[in-house]
Amino acid sequence: MTFSGDSGTLGALADLGEADEAEARTPRQRGKRFGRRRRREIGLAYLLILPSLLIFGIFVFYPFFRNFYLGFYKTPPFPGLPTRYVGFDQYSNVLTSQDFVDSLKTTVGFALLTVPAGIILGLLLAVLANQQLRGVGIYRTIFSSTIATSVAVAAVIFGTLFNPVVGLLPWIGIDPKPPILDNPNLALFGVAIITIWQTLGITFILMSSGLQSIPDELHEAAQIDGAGPVRRFWRITLPLLSPTIFFAVVVGSIFAFQTFGQIDILTQGGPIKRTNVLTYFIYKTLRQDSNDGKAAVLAIALFAITFVLTLIQMRVLEKRVHYGR
Amino acid sequence: MARVVFEHVTKRFGDVVAVRDLSLEAFDREFLVLLGPSGCGKSTALRMIAGLEDPSEGSIRIGDRVVDEVEPKDRNVAMVFQSYALYPHMSVRKNIEFPLRTRKVGKEEREKLASEAAHTLGLETLLDRKPAQLSGGQRQRVALARAIVRRPDAFLMDEPLSNLDAKLRVQTRAELVELQRRLEATVIYVTHDQVEAMTMGDRIAIMSDGVLQQIGPPQSVYEKPGNLFVARFIGTPAMNTVTGPVVPEGEGLAVAIASSRVPLPAPYAKAVGDAGLTGVVIGVRPEHLTLASEGLLPATVSVVESLGHERHVICRLEDGQMVIVRQQSSEPAPGEGSMVRLATDLHHLHLFDVHTEQRIEPA
Ligand SMILES: Nc1ncnc2c1ncn2[C@@H]1O[C@H](COP(=O)(O)OP(=O)(O)O)[C@@H](O)[C@H]1O
Ligand SMILES: [Mg+2]
Repeated sequence: MTFSGDSGTLGALADLGEADEAEARTPRQRGKRFGRRRRREIGLAYLLILPSLLIFGIFVFYPFFRNFYLGFYKTPPFPGLPTRYVGFDQYSNVLTSQDFVDSLKTTVGFALLTVPAGIILGLLLAVLANQQLRGVGIYRTIFSSTIATSVAVAAVIFGTLFNPVVGLLPWIGIDPKPPILDNPNLALFGVAIITIWQTLGITFILMSSGLQSIPDELHEAAQIDGAGPVRRFWRITLPLLSPTIFFAVVVGSIFAFQTFGQIDILTQGGPIKRTNVLTYFIYKTLRQDSNDGKAAVLAIALFAITFVLTLIQMRVLEKRVHYGR
Repeated sequence: MARVVFEHVTKRFGDVVAVRDLSLEAFDREFLVLLGPSGCGKSTALRMIAGLEDPSEGSIRIGDRVVDEVEPKDRNVAMVFQSYALYPHMSVRKNIEFPLRTRKVGKEEREKLASEAAHTLGLETLLDRKPAQLSGGQRQRVALARAIVRRPDAFLMDEPLSNLDAKLRVQTRAELVELQRRLEATVIYVTHDQVEAMTMGDRIAIMSDGVLQQIGPPQSVYEKPGNLFVARFIGTPAMNTVTGPVVPEGEGLAVAIASSRVPLPAPYAKAVGDAGLTGVVIGVRPEHLTLASEGLLPATVSVVESLGHERHVICRLEDGQMVIVRQQSSEPAPGEGSMVRLATDLHHLHLFDVHTEQRIEPA
């Protein structure tokens, strides 16, 4: 969208510069001249996008197709043996394997645990911090601050909080057994909490900016029309925030599907693979099992999921959830 | 419908005093216009009636109820915003029904009232559209329909016509007044446009810098502006005001303008003398000045503006003060740069104290 707008402006500017001259010429001369100018412009355009095309080519397109290609070759059980071409067989085998299905379920479960809760929490904080109160700026800063922490830092903080000896629970007198991150039923929750906390800053900022884009006068009009705070939230705020929320859901899901750091630091996919999300599964397949072919197929699967989410996001956001002025 | 009363209301935003000690009553079924330049506190006053701002001091009553502690949603007033503030995600129908829904009006009753309001404003064919699909004038009607649908105690309107083009504005002006008469509504209408104020208001309240300057029917405000601010604000072109010292002239007093003397009629001279004023401002409306050979004040014509039906002759007095004369097009036009003399009927004079800027009434 932005790109087409820009090139439009560029074209218009060029037109402007030659408008006076063009007027004096006959149509035929003009046509000829226009053709030459047009060719020059196209050449320049390609020249200008060449650097980014190169970077994308080397770091995105080539690895992507290479990955796809790797998926056709079965990695031998022992290093040193030749790889074997198996074509789409490897795709169907890996994508129907119990390992993959389990990992996918874990990943979806992780997304379901983190995304809705994160958005509701972020929205709640944004609504609270959007009040015109003295000193509310301090809270805004605090609520957005997690944006400035890295995944590693968040993982370490929560690793300590969850620690069965020096953590939060023993401090308030609860002795979690087994410790949360070692508990097959709770480990995914634990990692989800860290993720919610870590993404809260960005969700809060996103929701706050969404709230601020709703004109005050709409709230005032609703107030005068007899709506109390609760009705205003459901009838005015929420519908007008729906584009923002939708965006947060999609982007949050993409994020959730790409979660890696906190899993790697805290649970390494365990206990008993209960936190073995796709990214970690890919990583382990590649690093521990050195199974390039299988890892490539898993990576393509992850790409496909992300791609679909992105498509939905672009389609819906450009079409539906958009109210004119 | 009900009256709306301000009692010594002051509103401060930090150090800014937006409204200062305002006491004012809008009578039941009155069309009251709050008029003043931008930033004079009109919107703030209106928003205090709605409960969107709380007075820093003083008290507001709607009907017989003191509303200082009443939430906006319970004040039973309707407001039309300059931006219309239509709910963009709701259809026209839903917009109009919204105030009824919040008041738990039953479905049938709601639909009936909404249809009536839509009919009143000619919106029947637009009910299923979203606000973004409407023209400015149509949006404005929806905002009005949403306001009238629930029979509020008072209508508050904050420059509701300023987003319309000039032609539509003139037409809507009259329609709004018709509507107000038909609904027997109390309307408090904010505008910075004195033509709107003059044509629409039963009374006009003129504000400047948060202070109420004068309140009265349009004609009386026009004929007897209470101070210089009102005199200069009401009327286009604005009233001519020239300043000069008071000097003795024969038996009475006169005002010295450069080398000329404007004699004060006896009742004015007495008032000025009694008050011991040394300087005054003379005000004359442009339509009360004529170019005549026996005129009192010599002037040079600097520009002649023709508006078709009338003409504005802009002159400079000897001491450089500017004066505008309004002429019918049928009168002969003076040439630019020519010397003329200005004449007026002395009973058209307005006189103001040069220091307090207050009107001087003849004794
Ligand atoms: N919410 C606010 N915070 C601070 N100052 C305000 C606020 N609202 C209005 N003001 C100030 O109060 C004065 C009056 O404003 P307003 O009532 O909007 O004027 P008007 O409607 O006559 O143009 C202005 O100086 C304006 O800057
Ligand atoms: Mg205003």
